[in-house]
Amino acid sequence: MDFFRFERDIPFTRWGKLSMTFSLIISILAIYSLVTKGLNLAVDFTGGTVMEISYQQPADLNKTRKILADIGMPDAIVQNFGTSRDVMIRLPAKAEHTGGNLSEAVIAALKKDDPSVEMRRVEFVGPQVGDELLENGLLAMLFVSMGIVAYLAFRFEWKFGVSCIVANLHDVLIILGCFSFFQWEFDLTVLAAVLAILGYSVNESVVISDRVRENFRKLRKADVTRVINNAITETMSRTIITHGSTQLVVVSMLLFGGEALHNFALALTIGILFGIYSSIMIASPILILLGAKREDLVKIERKPQEEAVP
Amino acid sequence: MNRYPLWKYIVIAVSILLGLLYTLPNFFGESPAVQISPLRTDARTDAALLQRLEQVLNQQNLPYSGTILEATGIKIRFADTDTQIKAKDILSSEVGSDYVVALNLLPNSPQWMRHIGALPMYLGLDLRGGVHFMLQVDMEGALTKSLDRFSADLRSTLREQRIPSAGIERDRSKIVIRFRDEQAREKAITEFGKAFEDLAFQSGDAGGEARLTISIKPEALVRMQNTAVQRNITTLRNRVNELGVAEPIIQQAGADRVIVQLPGVQDTAKAKDILGRTATLEVRMVDEEGDIDAALRGSVPPGTELFTERGGGPLLVKKQILLTGDRITDAQPGFDQDHQPAVHLTLDNNGSRIFKQLTRNNVGKRMAILLVEKNLTEVVTAPVIREEIGGGRVQISGKMSSIEARDVALLLRAGALAAPMEIVEERTIGPSLGAENISKGFNSTLFGFLAVATFIMAYYSAIGVISVVALAVNLLFLIGLLSILQATLTLPGMAGMALTVGMAIDANVLINERIRDEIRHGASPQAAIHAGYERAWDAIIDTNLTTLLAGLGLMIFGSGPIKGFAIVLCLGILTTLFSAVTVSRAMVNLLYGNRKLARVPIGTIKMPKKSNHKY
Repeated sequence: MDFFRFERDIPFTRWGKLSMTFSLIISILAIYSLVTKGLNLAVDFTGGTVMEISYQQPADLNKTRKILADIGMPDAIVQNFGTSRDVMIRLPAKAEHTGGNLSEAVIAALKKDDPSVEMRRVEFVGPQVGDELLENGLLAMLFVSMGIVAYLAFRFEWKFGVSCIVANLHDVLIILGCFSFFQWEFDLTVLAAVLAILGYSVNESVVISDRVRENFRKLRKADVTRVINNAITETMSRTIITHGSTQLVVVSMLLFGGEALHNFALALTIGILFGIYSSIMIASPILILLGAKREDLVKIERKPQEEAVP
Repeated sequence: MNRYPLWKYIVIAVSILLGLLYTLPNFFGESPAVQISPLRTDARTDAALLQRLEQVLNQQNLPYSGTILEATGIKIRFADTDTQIKAKDILSSEVGSDYVVALNLLPNSPQWMRHIGALPMYLGLDLRGGVHFMLQVDMEGALTKSLDRFSADLRSTLREQRIPSAGIERDRSKIVIRFRDEQAREKAITEFGKAFEDLAFQSGDAGGEARLTISIKPEALVRMQNTAVQRNITTLRNRVNELGVAEPIIQQAGADRVIVQLPGVQDTAKAKDILGRTATLEVRMVDEEGDIDAALRGSVPPGTELFTERGGGPLLVKKQILLTGDRITDAQPGFDQDHQPAVHLTLDNNGSRIFKQLTRNNVGKRMAILLVEKNLTEVVTAPVIREEIGGGRVQISGKMSSIEARDVALLLRAGALAAPMEIVEERTIGPSLGAENISKGFNSTLFGFLAVATFIMAYYSAIGVISVVALAVNLLFLIGLLSILQATLTLPGMAGMALTVGMAIDANVLINERIRDEIRHGASPQAAIHAGYERAWDAIIDTNLTTLLAGLGLMIFGSGPIKGFAIVLCLGILTTLFSAVTVSRAMVNLLYGNRKLARVPIGTIKMPKKSNHKY
């Protein structure tokens, strides 16, 4: 089997203007959505209580809401979760309920109405912890981004680092934009997925940059655009197969992982798809824009060659 | 050129065998067990005790499938959870309060595996069910508490040295003492300086009065905070022991936080109640001269507080604390002479001395014993002191039921917290959800692996099979490594494993694509294999190192669930580097290295009609 054999290099860089415009537009849309709608932050970050309970029979949500209102929690959000028998209850953080005694009160009230109700999961996060988690998440993102730029600058050249991280942060922005636009819940696992994507998406740019460097050495007369186009075309099949494989696993997580892994897998999916796009269509135009030259990469190797060929 | 020296094959074979050995215990499952561990140093778990317990179980007709005797405790295995729970009740009444009897799960792996340290991974709370708490120590509360104690000590020093003072007060984080004259102040400073190394003194005058402002030195403050957290951890450990939990985790997290994980605990209300209670005992004197009626109307005399005695009327109690609960070494429920429920306390040496002196000096007066529970103070009893009480044995008998007496004894025995604590995070996972999470995580990984394997084998034929075997070996190494490290497996960790499968194949795809490239460019089969592996190495290292960077970022800044994911991700990258490159290369070398190859079995390749590379 062989899906890919391109007789000619695909002129990816020629579409640079188009792809940059497209990316700029969706990035602006993502930012717009983030600013106006914001993220639907999970209890991990906002603080509060989430409870998962399960009934023997399909749950009557209105009754559950009424019971909660009766014990002084009219602002509880009650919704089905997974199946019709599973219910998720969200309670905002309240000053008077320090510690986890809130969930006990809720489960006691619900048990009084229907003794068969089973408590599946409780998550309580105090507001101070939530703020810290958010702060640490942003710090991690910063640390990883700077680490990647530094590594690529050391391994290749700063222009590669910058173009790569711009492409990557673009992916992250799109993921965040999607989560904001659709108001999917953004919890700790999604944050982990975003950071994993930050590391994973770089692979693409690294493989291409690696080829670019090799081509600069091999195709001595070709100009920069040609070298980059050739590098992308040559690595195309690896890109698709690798990402396809990763996506197969992510799909398996979407299908079998249940609710707990659903948003994690969703974030990975968006990240993988846009990762392919951005490393091909965004990273290379930026690289050309920044004026990447043959000398940037083959500097060290040139000297001994000059001595060898007088 | 595609040959490995023998030692490389041996290293690979040995590491695969080790991987297999350490992965295996994870597949034996676990069986319910009861664990009996000593609570006190004088209680021992030995062969005699084991024999006694076995006898009891045989008498009760409770079949057990095995026993393990260790220095730290006895574990008895049962076939099902029903027998286990029945046995727990019987055994705990047999061994009494000197031991903790807890439900536990024991791995079913054979004995010899356990002897070489091949143990299954420890399942996280989200997979086995249980409670996770993060508690934050209220440092301000701790400070207030120690300042109160310091004021009491300062006051008694002043009294002992006969230094006249006009009053001693706590003003937020400082203590202010007013003196009649400067001479007294100077004398006080010299005396205090000898006895209180942790305090800083500052003289000042206000309103014609000689004042002394006392604060705790910063370095002493830091030390006190650390001790407060450490003491709270000790207290929590005692309380958890009283709860009877097998393998609890109690550890410090950051400067002022404590994490408590109780696997398998189902009665979360009880756990929360016991952990969250900050009960301590205070002994103070009742102010019998104060005007109770005026106090009830709202004007409480200075230096006193108004309380209601349990089952009695209101009374004024002096603010000065004479003795606190940390002097208690033991507390047992029981009955007093009138057969009323009571709590019997044993005090430590210092406590006994204080109590003896206290009762001697106050014969005929009333003292109040207060139980302080998180913002709630209650006078349990306020007896009249009839005689000096020595020997450190004190009995509290208020108007309480025998259940209350037991609870109070438990709380006092488990010790007081050095500083109040608050639950700032809680995660409770029911046991059924835990079991579901295991199968979800397992299925995600399994089906993800199968999908990738099918695709790669179809695409790269024989070399694809080798890549898939390398991927399987990778997973084997990863699970083996996690088991050796005794890492805690969580659902995000399983997601990390699945993701490792999806990302690890990248290395083999890079290699295989390179080999195909070389063939397209006209290399001979052996040369193509060689060059494919050599040239892909740079890209493999780069891609994996950048992902490792992201993993490290997650590990450093991530908490709880994220950390679990990050550890698996990072370890997965390390095993990938070994298995995808070295193990797959070894297989290729072994199968194809020693013979003439007409073509590389890497699937059909579309050959270019004309070369691309005529620049």
